[in-house]
Amino acid sequence: MLVKTIFAGFGGQGVLMMGFSLSHCAMSEGYEVTFLPAYGAEMRGGTANCTVAIGDEEIASPISSEPNYIVVMNTPSLYSFQNKVVSGGVLFINSSIIKSEPRRKDISFYKIPSSEIAEQIGNSRASNTVMMGAFIQKTGIVSPEAYLKSLESVMGSKKKNVMDINRKAFASGYEYMSRLL
Amino acid sequence: MNKVLMQGNNVIAEAAIRAGCRFYAGYPITPQNELCEYMAEHIRKVEGGVFIQSESEIAAINMVAGASAAGVRAMTSSSSPGISLKQEGISSMAACELPGVIVNIMRGGPGLGNIRPSQGDYFQATRGGGHGDYRVIVLAPATCQELADLTMDAFDLADNYRTPAMILADGMMGQMMEPVVFKEPKRRQYPERYMLKGAGEGKSRFIKGLILDQSDMEEHNWKLDRKYQVIMKNETRFEVYRAEDAELMIVAYGTAARIAKGAVKRLGDSNLKVGLFRPITLWPYPSSELREFSRKIKNFIVFEMSTGQMLEDVRLALQGFADIDFYGRPGGVVPTPAELANVIIHRYKKSSKKKELC
Repeated sequence: MLVKTIFAGFGGQGVLMMGFSLSHCAMSEGYEVTFLPAYGAEMRGGTANCTVAIGDEEIASPISSEPNYIVVMNTPSLYSFQNKVVSGGVLFINSSIIKSEPRRKDISFYKIPSSEIAEQIGNSRASNTVMMGAFIQKTGIVSPEAYLKSLESVMGSKKKNVMDINRKAFASGYEYMSRLL
Repeated sequence: MNKVLMQGNNVIAEAAIRAGCRFYAGYPITPQNELCEYMAEHIRKVEGGVFIQSESEIAAINMVAGASAAGVRAMTSSSSPGISLKQEGISSMAACELPGVIVNIMRGGPGLGNIRPSQGDYFQATRGGGHGDYRVIVLAPATCQELADLTMDAFDLADNYRTPAMILADGMMGQMMEPVVFKEPKRRQYPERYMLKGAGEGKSRFIKGLILDQSDMEEHNWKLDRKYQVIMKNETRFEVYRAEDAELMIVAYGTAARIAKGAVKRLGDSNLKVGLFRPITLWPYPSSELREFSRKIKNFIVFEMSTGQMLEDVRLALQGFADIDFYGRPGGVVPTPAELANVIIHRYKKSSKKKELC
């Protein structure tokens, strides 16, 4: 098995956190993993993305030519990355912000209004965790329990109520995806 | 097993502290800032640990030389333009036979260039870098695990041979995260007689790089050279991948080797027989080990994120016994494995056509 995913959005949406928490979880589950953030003169509101590679043997290249999954949190990311995903791959779209749809016919895509769902449960900043709920429901790379455990350990010292909101956000995203499928 | 998911820059810093590094001086520069940052936070937590954000890169390397002369394991780090500034100090450390570890997280150049990953400092690193007749041991890790292991080894090598050692990685290695297990570092064995700790009652000792008498200087140069010959004999390291029945071999190091491995894997299902040779020590270069492969393999492709620097070492190693092609992406561009795989397929076909014509 070798699965590569790109998470993309604007700085402040927690795009790197999505990749980092998934990588941490994959490591805890015994997989080989690489986490490669795009770095540069980035800032809040600028572009952010990262590539996560998960496999059961040594990962040759942390860079992905044709990722299996792409999670896009804002419109420019959809345009930059929709052509990269492998034929037959899956796009996850934050439909609260992205109003357009990918033009490619050889991939499937799911629209998750993650920002709106996060607002409904009380914190718009948990939009990334909502998306992770949907992502893990569909891909099954790791179990939801394992993911939440990792999320808790990477958030570490942050307050307990932050984790509570994230649990709720994750569950809502997971559930939304189950209903979509 | 204590596996942690850590960023490359942090891995180097943590490995250094575990290896007994107790003095770090540096000046911030992207993409190695997290190394400085980690050192600032963590080195003072160990007994005797000192962190200094110096006023310049030159100051940092000279502080490292000073700490090293006093017998402390010392390190500095920077990225390409900053490493250029440090050359005066590195040359001086080589002359004075002072151990120390220098980390270069390469970025695009020349000049200030950009902050993207690049491999343009190969010449500077492997040819000494500063002025004078000297060499620096250069280790090129390709995974975060190797960042940890080779950083520890760099301190041991520097001590054993009393010479500066360099970790040569790039922005991608510095920024990437991978699971790492820190090995138990070896106990430091560095004789007291090389440390300047105050003469006390005994005879005064000194360390110097200024040798005005030309025959003394010549003897010193030959002494250093004898040491370098021993390093060249004993310390080369490399990795080979799918070389058993290969008809074409890629030669790449560091990040480029990761991409190349990805490309070789992609070609695994095709009928092309492609292998990978990855030097881990760039100086000393594993020349004879590479040449050994030219008995069977007649086509090599050197792949670098530069316009072709290691290419010269491959030519020197193969001595005309095989055809050498080059593919480079300089300036901070990181190609995908698919791109490289296409290049390999193209050149593979070209070389087999040539064979048919013969």
